[in-house]
Amino acid sequence: MAECHPVAYQWVTEARLKGATVIHIDPRFTRTSATADRHVPIRAGSDVVLLGALINYILSNDLYFKEYVVAYTNAATLVNEDFRDTEDLGGLFSGYDDELGNYDLTSWAYATKEGNGKIDDAQEAAEPHGHQQSEKSAGHRYGSGGPPLEHAEVLRDETLQHPRTVFQILKRHYARYTPEMVTEACGISAEDFDYVARAVTRNSGRERTTAFVYAVGWTQHTLGAQFIRTSAIVQLLLGNMGRPGGGIMAMRGHASIQGSTDIPTLYNILPGYLAMPVAGRHDTWDDYIGAIGSKRQKGFWANADTYAVSLLRAWWGKAATAENDWAFDYLPRLSGAHGTYQTTMAMLEDVVEGYFLLGQNPAVGSAHGRMQRQGLSHLKWLVVRDLNMIESATFWKDSPEIATGELRTEDIETEVFFLPAASHVEKAGTFTQTHRMLQWRHQAVQPPGDCRSELHFFHELGVRLRERLAGSTDERDRPLLDLTWDYPLDEHGEIDGEAVLKEINGYHVSGDKAGQLLDSYTEMRADGSTSGGCWIYTGVFGGGVNHAANRKPGREQSPTALEWGWAWPSNRRILYNRASADPEGRPWSERKRYVWWDEESSRWVGEDVPDFPADKAPSYRPEPGVGGPAGLAGDDPFIMQADGKGWLFAPKGMLDGPLPTHYEPQESPVRNPLYAQQSNPARKVFPRKDNLWSPSAGEPGADVYPFVFTTYRLTEHHTAGGMSRWLPYLAELQPEFFCEVSPELAEERGLENGGWATIVSARTAVEARVLVTERMTPLVIGGRTVHQIGLPYHWGVGREAVVSGDAANDLLGVALDPNVQIQESKAGSCDIVPGRRPRGEDLLRLVAEYQSRAGTTTMTGNELRTGQPDSTPDHTGD
Amino acid sequence: MSFWRNQLSGPTDPAVDAAWQDARPRKGFFTDTSICIGCKACEVACKEWNGVPEDGLDLLGQSYDNTGALGASTWRHVAFVEQTSERIEQARESGRRLVELGMPALRTRDDTSESPSSLPAGGAPPGPSDQGVPDVRWLMASDVCKHCTHAACLDVCPTGALFRTEFGTVVVQDDVCNGCGYCVAACPFGVIERRSGTEGHEKGRQSHGISIGGAGSDGSHQNAPAYAATNGEVKNVGIAQKCTLCYDRLRDDQTPACAQACPTTSIKFGDLEEMRDTARARVAELHQLGHTEARLYGTDEGDGVGGTGSVFLLLDEPEVYGLPPDPRVTTADLPDMFRKAGYAGLAMLGMAAAAFVGRRHP
Repeated sequence: MAECHPVAYQWVTEARLKGATVIHIDPRFTRTSATADRHVPIRAGSDVVLLGALINYILSNDLYFKEYVVAYTNAATLVNEDFRDTEDLGGLFSGYDDELGNYDLTSWAYATKEGNGKIDDAQEAAEPHGHQQSEKSAGHRYGSGGPPLEHAEVLRDETLQHPRTVFQILKRHYARYTPEMVTEACGISAEDFDYVARAVTRNSGRERTTAFVYAVGWTQHTLGAQFIRTSAIVQLLLGNMGRPGGGIMAMRGHASIQGSTDIPTLYNILPGYLAMPVAGRHDTWDDYIGAIGSKRQKGFWANADTYAVSLLRAWWGKAATAENDWAFDYLPRLSGAHGTYQTTMAMLEDVVEGYFLLGQNPAVGSAHGRMQRQGLSHLKWLVVRDLNMIESATFWKDSPEIATGELRTEDIETEVFFLPAASHVEKAGTFTQTHRMLQWRHQAVQPPGDCRSELHFFHELGVRLRERLAGSTDERDRPLLDLTWDYPLDEHGEIDGEAVLKEINGYHVSGDKAGQLLDSYTEMRADGSTSGGCWIYTGVFGGGVNHAANRKPGREQSPTALEWGWAWPSNRRILYNRASADPEGRPWSERKRYVWWDEESSRWVGEDVPDFPADKAPSYRPEPGVGGPAGLAGDDPFIMQADGKGWLFAPKGMLDGPLPTHYEPQESPVRNPLYAQQSNPARKVFPRKDNLWSPSAGEPGADVYPFVFTTYRLTEHHTAGGMSRWLPYLAELQPEFFCEVSPELAEERGLENGGWATIVSARTAVEARVLVTERMTPLVIGGRTVHQIGLPYHWGVGREAVVSGDAANDLLGVALDPNVQIQESKAGSCDIVPGRRPRGEDLLRLVAEYQSRAGTTTMTGNELRTGQPDSTPDHTGD
Repeated sequence: MSFWRNQLSGPTDPAVDAAWQDARPRKGFFTDTSICIGCKACEVACKEWNGVPEDGLDLLGQSYDNTGALGASTWRHVAFVEQTSERIEQARESGRRLVELGMPALRTRDDTSESPSSLPAGGAPPGPSDQGVPDVRWLMASDVCKHCTHAACLDVCPTGALFRTEFGTVVVQDDVCNGCGYCVAACPFGVIERRSGTEGHEKGRQSHGISIGGAGSDGSHQNAPAYAATNGEVKNVGIAQKCTLCYDRLRDDQTPACAQACPTTSIKFGDLEEMRDTARARVAELHQLGHTEARLYGTDEGDGVGGTGSVFLLLDEPEVYGLPPDPRVTTADLPDMFRKAGYAGLAMLGMAAAAFVGRRHP
């Protein structure tokens, strides 16, 4: 966090000065470790073992927060009789489909009164499992709550003794995640584990709370989503959710990454985490609405229809009517997975003809840089909007593939349009940061020369496309022609960003309040009387005031600082904060009081905007069968979950298991010490000649790539360098690509500090300067020393930047998590040798020689079921 | 005589000594290295505000430090020092001896000013007991001009280009400096330097003349010099350059750029008296928590430069950070030299007289 988020780290520094303990768990010793109470080195990709052992420690020692766990989580809920755990099936859950290579989630469902969790046909139709869902990347759409359930009638045993309660299942699932297993799998000593476990559990409970902070070291794995789930289980067991000082904080990689999922740049969701309709499944409006939020489930997702209609009204205005289902058919339908990597492979197949890159430099920043650049070379046109002439705009003349002869400039037909972009000080707008807080940026100066803002670019693109299509009678042009595209412009031709934010906030479009801005998403209606571009943002312009621009200094207001910026939803600073009070509505402790039930006013009050129906008494119990917000009991704090409870066990929503389970990375020099199943059986693999993997431990040839490498960022640079390598003041601080190795590895391989090394993976080889440092710790895993090599990924090969160098991401292959299609880029296998890499074709020969020695083929590493070659998906591409 | 003594060594108010009639309270930095995260925001903010050019694009192979040292084009420098347990033990031991000598902490004026607090780098937590010595620690410290009470650079400057400001700081007037370089040799900290390179564009390949170990014959420089997209021209070539403690910002009651940018308040700025008090309180606090390796640098007004305007809390001996253990301004020895010269002169006169006397009595 100090390394990549130094500005946010000031609060950690402040907490430490007040006595907080900070523990840093990371393969390398970073600037965070330097100022933490303890650094615990871990083998990259083994985190579920550590966190699972923490769960086991909490459960075995009765250290969980009992009242919280019973009342607020699904610990007491009974699971379907058909469910089988990984302990019973050698590392797989029940429902694995060998044909499709993924899970049917049916057996993971909650048990119901009617029988055993047989999900009825309507739901089956609305939310099929397995292959299709996986392809459409189901997980990410739950960014503002859990997945829908058909209803909320569950069976509970609040003694937690029933063997099919989530609690008992959890206990059995993690029974073998012991401190000894942590030592064996993660390389963490028993003493370090004991320290972590004691620190976390002693600092949790009524009086104290503990927070977890993570970044892509957790997410970028073939079971990345499950890493976060594991910490969610720990935090729910310890009562650290919905309470001040608790939670799980995602450190974002860019200023507005949260904003770009809320109003998404992702293919599978619409603004506000509404699902993108899928061809064949959501063909009608009723299919779609039935699927995104059943009226019979609890909580605010039951009102998803009001959010969806308001969105369509914001986009298509009067053209969206009840008669045409609010122009639902103007929305495209998904026909498969269209993530970054599938798109790249589609470029290679000449399926994708054009590409927009906005502030993104995939030639350097995406996994498997070689595949990225080769993909770009197949495009007909490419638009790059950036501050600088990045490598993704110049690949056709100076990429590493030009040097090796794999690409020839004269053969590349891609037409590249470079459009200089305005920087953040040259345009007004909002950033949404990890706290879900929107903060308004004022424009400081006009952009120089031809630089323009994104707003200007997209508005102008829309204007010109509509001019071209004017008068068209083709049905397919209606969505563009019917768009509301009427934004006020200033004297520089720039759109008024506040007008856009108002459109996102939403209006009353009919009735006596017509023309007024909405104050809350609860005002949204499904009858077309409201509009709103992103329901979770409704209220940012409540009362006609741009609350994102609120700037009251912290010292002039309460510690919650509700008048600084605006956080979705409804300016809440801590989500699910009903959980900060006990079931009766009293604060768990005076020290940690935050939101509580005030008997006198019969309302929830406190330091924050209560995340609960404001007048619903703690004692309230709904009639059975009532859905929506009205179906929430007075002690159901997790109001976006379909049963109002925090999910220790996920009966739905995760495609690779209801409970996180340790699997080894796609390539690993270590055998899975817990199960016969080596890697996530539901991961997405792409057996291709340009995407080879090194053999994992136990397979012939594994010793050819004996070391683990992990990639990361440095304080001095920003991601692929577009914003830092062109600035001399930043470039001079970290001028060259380097690798970090331990003195032991340096000795073993003859590496010299300040000298050169060549790092070879099954994909390519790169060269880096060597930093020999005690900060890298060799780990003993299963009785064998495992060396890790650290590689910052900021440099790329090109001629335009102040500093350049080989790109660490070129070493990576493409294997994805099934939930969100995130690539595995934090753990890979490699070899390292002293000296610079060969030039030209010789580089290809070196890589091929390694591949040949390892005996790697397109089959290697791609068996979904360990030891079953038949489970390798069909070859694609070449 | 005491006025002149104060001008040369020992405690004094340098702005008053410099005859400022409206001298302001002396300003200074307190850099608490125990909470530095090595982000180098100070280096960048300093360059941005003061228009200091880029200073070489070489990887130095010295941990994460590619800046090397303070110089004409580097007015803030973050040192990175990696240590293993043996050295950490030594640092604690040497600190313990200092504490036993009663050096720091005991002069704390206001112990209650700070909330109960914690720990420095690699230290022990208040949670489960962990008083052991860590395997590794990584020290980071942002160095800067010391703005000495008795500033050698200023004293030797023949043109008056260097002057003492009303805030007690020391600043170069670029348009007066003739580039003679006397100040460069005089500074006991190696801070001030004449800017090299060519007027008008960036310097290209150099990094303080520090050689790059192990880089091999062809390979010291992966990066071609940056002629494109630089941050503007190089000015003041040949002129002595160093930190001004953001004199222009001080005159507008603003915080210097480095302190303003520091995310963890490792660099604190304010009245020097207050900075020294804060420093003493902080070191006392760390000692109470068992961190005997913590010590102050530059707070002793009896040292060879009369104490510095930039004070530091260090976690090891000054040499570890590249700081001189016992800096001494050349003028500190002047009274003694004058005295000795005087005695010598007298003695010579005496001898001469004796010689004449002797001659009369052959």
